[in-house]
Amino acid sequence: MQNKPRDNIFMIKIEQLHKSYPIGKESLHVLKGINLEVKEGEFVSIMGSSGSGKSTMLNIIGLLDDHDKGKYTLDGELIQSMDEVKGAKLRNKFLGFVFQSFNLIAYKNAWENVALPLYYKGVGRKERKIKAMEYLDKVGLKPWANHLPNELSGGQKQRVAIARALVTEPKVILADEPTGALDSETSDSVMKLLRGINDEGMTIVVITHEHDIAELTDRIVLLKDGQILSDEHTSTYNNKIKK
Amino acid sequence: MKFLFDKDTWQEIYGAIRKNKGRTAITIIGVMWGIFLLVTLLGAARGVENGFNRMFGSFATNSVFVWGRATSMPFKGFQEGKRVRLTLSDIDAIEQELPEIMMTVPRISTNSLCSNGFKAGTFEVFGDYSELDMVQKKNLVYGRFLNKTDILEKRKVCVLEEETYKQLFDKDEYPIGTMIKINDTNFKIVGIYKKGAVSIDSAEIHIGYSIFQQLYNRGENIDYMFVTANEGTDIVQLEADIKLLLKNIHKVHPEDDRALGSFNMGKEMEKVTSFLTGMQFMTWFIGIATLIAGVFAIGNILLITVKERTKEIGVRRALGATPRDIRNQIVMESVFLTSIAGMLGIIFGGIVLVIIDSLVGDEPDAFMVNPTINIPIVLIALVTLVTLGTLIGLIPAGIATRIKPIEALREE
Ligand SMILES: Nc1ncnc2c1ncn2[C@@H]1O[C@H](COP(=O)(O)OP(=O)(O)O)[C@@H](O)[C@H]1O
Ligand SMILES: [Mg+2]
Repeated sequence: MQNKPRDNIFMIKIEQLHKSYPIGKESLHVLKGINLEVKEGEFVSIMGSSGSGKSTMLNIIGLLDDHDKGKYTLDGELIQSMDEVKGAKLRNKFLGFVFQSFNLIAYKNAWENVALPLYYKGVGRKERKIKAMEYLDKVGLKPWANHLPNELSGGQKQRVAIARALVTEPKVILADEPTGALDSETSDSVMKLLRGINDEGMTIVVITHEHDIAELTDRIVLLKDGQILSDEHTSTYNNKIKK
Repeated sequence: MKFLFDKDTWQEIYGAIRKNKGRTAITIIGVMWGIFLLVTLLGAARGVENGFNRMFGSFATNSVFVWGRATSMPFKGFQEGKRVRLTLSDIDAIEQELPEIMMTVPRISTNSLCSNGFKAGTFEVFGDYSELDMVQKKNLVYGRFLNKTDILEKRKVCVLEEETYKQLFDKDEYPIGTMIKINDTNFKIVGIYKKGAVSIDSAEIHIGYSIFQQLYNRGENIDYMFVTANEGTDIVQLEADIKLLLKNIHKVHPEDDRALGSFNMGKEMEKVTSFLTGMQFMTWFIGIATLIAGVFAIGNILLITVKERTKEIGVRRALGATPRDIRNQIVMESVFLTSIAGMLGIIFGGIVLVIIDSLVGDEPDAFMVNPTINIPIVLIALVTLVTLGTLIGLIPAGIATRIKPIEALREE
């Protein structure tokens, strides 16, 4: 039993995925047959121009949206169109989200924001606080635990958001333009933080349209008009492998 | 329902409410005002009712008083202007004919010189039965009212109205056991009572019926009869029946309305009661209308805040909140707000009632006595409020659950 081979060597496996949005009577075909495989522990970036379907793809991976056609397997579990309750449970268990505009709850302080996913997981308050503090410490913000989001800088907010994404110990971190609202210096430090997390084995998928940022990941998937144009390892990865 | 008893649910709600102080305050004020109005108005209405009860409450309300007057129509050979003299046998006759009568008490009266040493005056003296106390309960200041033995043994005892006592005695002189002279006969005072705002007693001194008969040489004639009916009797109908019977006995034209005088306590009470009912109805109407308006205001504000919090709700959904979690939170916020507002309204209403009570004071003629609201009504109001809060909260909650995370989270 212990040595049962993992048939799900892919954390994320997408085959011939299609997604359209109805626009009035018309239908906007956004994703046109995507094939993507992400192994556990990979650090992948998705690039592409605005409107190329990056967010749509990430939303489907993140179980925030349904796909129309094709097969999507998350950690070996085939995802079919599902009800919202099951979606919520799976998100809570498997996925951590990081957004461009941080999306912290304005009236909750840093540790309360971090602790929120644990509340929906059913973790008790005491343990929530301990966990939240632990992850705030991990992103270097323990001294800021009692500050409200509007008392934090952009970089600090994004660190809080990352701590929040990590706190449930998910399988995958999904980040939609996490550095989009940050200056380049702060962006680099946020990417460093993500790299550190990835080094501990976390699978991470990041959307970005900045090549510099994408180069800091291991692999770049380039999207154009709803199709994958290229899928290559970065020089960062190649350098790492050579060592 | 488990989430109700979950401390975390309440912490989430408390957090959301505490940190949205402005909206919380506005929301609370509407409902608070409604229940405040309901409590104060109901309390005031109760106070007025108590006031009426104090004025009338000492009466057996299903009673009618009848006395003889002069005829205004000739009948069976008698000229008009004949004096109708009621007698003790009339009482037997009507009690025989009308089984709905519970009790009839006769009264005879006269003006008489009374004195206590050098203090003297002419007062109206009544010959009464002890049962009079059941027609109108006497509010005794000292001692007791006449009792059965007084009547049976023709005791020379009397009960004074407070005003009479003040005229015949010095201030602070304890009257019980003292003798006064009534029509040159010594009577011992056994009681002093205080007249209410509405009373069957024009004054002044009460002595036993039997001793009165003897003292003033009265035969069978009586001056008044106080008829008290059994519970549930149509007192207006009874009054008519009694009068018709008496007219028959005394050979008075059946349509002669002037031959007999009467005062129908039941009829008077009915007027008061219907006034009070009207007032209560108004109170409920105003209070409930305001309450509903307040609850709708809460619903409305929650609706606005749900729109304001679309993004927050989307984030919560992305982090693993089920639609049900979201719905429960919004509904509970509504219930929490309405309950807090309701309790505040009740407390403020109570305070205002206490203030009114102390302002009105305790005078006997005060139009309001003891304005209070009873606990069951408060509880019903609270339960209704919580129910309304739940129902109204379901509307914004329903909208909140329909928020799709991707739409809420889409970057502009
Ligand atoms: N919910 C939606 N309804 C209709 N059209 C949408 C919706 N979401 C995205 N789109 C459209 O799909 C296309 C791809 O959007 P998106 O995936 O957000 O692109 P990207 O993130 O790469 O900029 C865009 O043209 C966008 O307008
Ligand atoms: Mg996008």
